[in-house]
Amino acid sequence: MTTVEQKTVPLNGDESVAYAVKQCDVDVVAAYPITPQTIIVEKFSEYVADGEVDTEFVCVESEHTAMTCSITAAATGARTFTATASAGLALMHEMLAVASGSRMPIVMSVVNRALSAPLNIHCDHADSMAQRDLGWIQMYAENSQEAYDSIIQAFKIAEHLDVQLPAMVGLDGFVLSHTLENVTVLEDETVKKFVGTRQIPHVLNHRGEIVPFKLDPEKPLTIGPVALQDYYFEHKRQQEEAMKNALEVIKQVHNEYAELTGRSYGNGLIETYRLDDAEIVTVCVGSTAGTIKTVVDTLREKGIKAGLLRLRTFRPLPVEDIISNLKGKKAVAVMDRSSSFGGNGGPIFIEIRHALYNGADIPQVVNYIYGLGGRDTPPALIEGIYNDLQKIAQIGQVEKQIQYVGLRE
Amino acid sequence: MAEWKVTGKEFAKIPEKFMAGHRACAGCGPAIALRLVMKAARGPIIVTNATGCMEVVSTIYPNTAWDVPWIHTAFETAAANAAGIESALKILRKKGKIKDKHVDVVAFGGDGGTFDIGFQALSGAVERGHDFLYVLYDNEAYMNTGIQRSGGTPHGAWTTTSPAGEVIPGKTQYKKPIADIMVAHEMPYVATASIAYWNDMVKKARKGMEIVGPAFLHTFAPCPRGWRSETAETVEIARLAVETCVFPLWEAECGEYKLSTKSKAIAKNPDKKKPVEVYLKTQRRFRHLFKPQNKHIVEEIQNNVDRRWKKLLKACDLD
Ligand SMILES: Cc1ncc(C[n+]2csc(CCOP(=O)(O)OP(=O)(O)O)c2C)c(N)n1
Ligand code: SF4
Repeated sequence: MTTVEQKTVPLNGDESVAYAVKQCDVDVVAAYPITPQTIIVEKFSEYVADGEVDTEFVCVESEHTAMTCSITAAATGARTFTATASAGLALMHEMLAVASGSRMPIVMSVVNRALSAPLNIHCDHADSMAQRDLGWIQMYAENSQEAYDSIIQAFKIAEHLDVQLPAMVGLDGFVLSHTLENVTVLEDETVKKFVGTRQIPHVLNHRGEIVPFKLDPEKPLTIGPVALQDYYFEHKRQQEEAMKNALEVIKQVHNEYAELTGRSYGNGLIETYRLDDAEIVTVCVGSTAGTIKTVVDTLREKGIKAGLLRLRTFRPLPVEDIISNLKGKKAVAVMDRSSSFGGNGGPIFIEIRHALYNGADIPQVVNYIYGLGGRDTPPALIEGIYNDLQKIAQIGQVEKQIQYVGLRE
Repeated sequence: MAEWKVTGKEFAKIPEKFMAGHRACAGCGPAIALRLVMKAARGPIIVTNATGCMEVVSTIYPNTAWDVPWIHTAFETAAANAAGIESALKILRKKGKIKDKHVDVVAFGGDGGTFDIGFQALSGAVERGHDFLYVLYDNEAYMNTGIQRSGGTPHGAWTTTSPAGEVIPGKTQYKKPIADIMVAHEMPYVATASIAYWNDMVKKARKGMEIVGPAFLHTFAPCPRGWRSETAETVEIARLAVETCVFPLWEAECGEYKLSTKSKAIAKNPDKKKPVEVYLKTQRRFRHLFKPQNKHIVEEIQNNVDRRWKKLLKACDLD
């Protein structure tokens, strides 16, 4: 049941992100174009040129500076957004750690794209997976609608006083970024009210005063100091605590949004599809879930007990949800759209399998690396994976733990 | 714009914003530069610092030497930090989310963070016209990481990555003319200053803050630790750099060069221009240049100083 006015407009993934940002009363946007994210920057420039937003748009000279500007703008008290992809995200790497370490609630959309070399502009998740240990909240959208909804939620999550962490929303390059969809959007006022004004926590400064955690000429505060062996570790531990808090906050904000709009994505952390009585299950992030859902329906018609667990939130990892939803399953295929070269499987596989290790009733878990550099992932390929799972379920054993699908070998 | 005038007595009474208690070495030139610039602040101010000696000595958590809002993000980001702060201030003021008061934004960067790794961000921020003052404290090497050469290290100088060896006698390249490169940006204000001439420096710092748009202040700040010089001689060495025209004092408003008092006096009376040798001899980083086989390097340095001085005089219409 929706409680507010909404309308449906045709938007591609990038436009839906730009539209959401326009509605969130963002103070500063600092960004640099890179395919397939460029449309976001272009669209936003149009909003600025037409006076549709009250935002300072800084069209910087690099992604490194985009992230740096975002950090200091956020430190000055501004609500801040940026967007990037692939090489741009890699160039930001250093500053991503500064953003989270400085506890700046920046929101960024990452339009997922492969990393060079060879140069490739199409979708995989190598860019954001390479940033997974830097203290950013990571959410992945299945479609443009969810990209829109998630950006709005992300501001509220990142800025929550128990969190105060930067958040990235991933959307698959081209598959979502350049594909027109019907996206249901809220009224500007509704979004503004939902997101609210940015709250700023208070801390103790060097004068012994309780001051807002921001650069305020009247209440001096040193941000981003040197912390050595005697304090650095404590800072990192606090970041971990904030991530733990984010699990609850993501669910809360998601539920609140669901009540408002009638749209929900599982519990905000994971989304399950025909999973309850499923015996064979795939796990994925992003747009592939759409294809998998279709395949699951086909298989169900044939009486095959197939299901899906989509990780909507990858950081913080919803370990409890993963365990409770996968325990007792016969076979699980974790699908990674990126590789961890020389590792024991893709990043999502490593985490899922590890999460299950201590539990009872552990399923057989197998890894599929797929779709790198935008390689197509058609339903037939997913069906193949479920076929494999059926065999694994039958013999109760994984023969080859890491597989590559849709690849000429 | 009326020039800010301050007497020594008045200046002494201005409260310190870069306070005592930092851990800079005795005789640290950059610490003097920072202190002077901070005392020139005209009112509400936000400061940002690149990674380097000045950041490391002044903010060892949980202590700080900064009695103003201050932020550090990374080595190459001082100008980008300023850009983000200034952009935020602008929009927050417009939206009424902060007090409608002008706030000066000042960025400090060492030579490494300015000539080298941070140059792109600096050039970008200036091109976009952000309203901030960038203060380069030039100690002519990466000191924080242990005296490595930078694009600002002078010709012939010993550093740990341009060592004076049997075959290569110190740094083979010349110092990048960073202030001239900034002038080439056609920005509103560029100036050079030396800690030996405090009054000139604080006036220029204040002017850089008052000018609307980007301003760049190149301050010359000897580092006794890295230059292998006497701690008590820091200011004297900074003075010699001006007297030898190794580091002339000038300012350029919108590309128009003008010599400052001390350097103008030398221009008017060229006999006052001291030979570079007297400057080089104060620092053991140049010691190897005085071996007989390296005599030509001192000559080369002199020639280069003369060439650049002549060029500057021409730019100032004084040739
Ligand atoms: C990306 C990056 N590369 C290298 C370093 C290591 N580093 C920190 S400070 C510094 C040198 C700073 O030199 P300079 O800017 O001249 O300032 P100073 O220490 O002399 O004050 C270096 C190389 C770093 N922090 N970040
Ligand atoms: S090493 Fe040089 S620049 Fe660094 S604190 Fe010591 S004197 Fe100052």
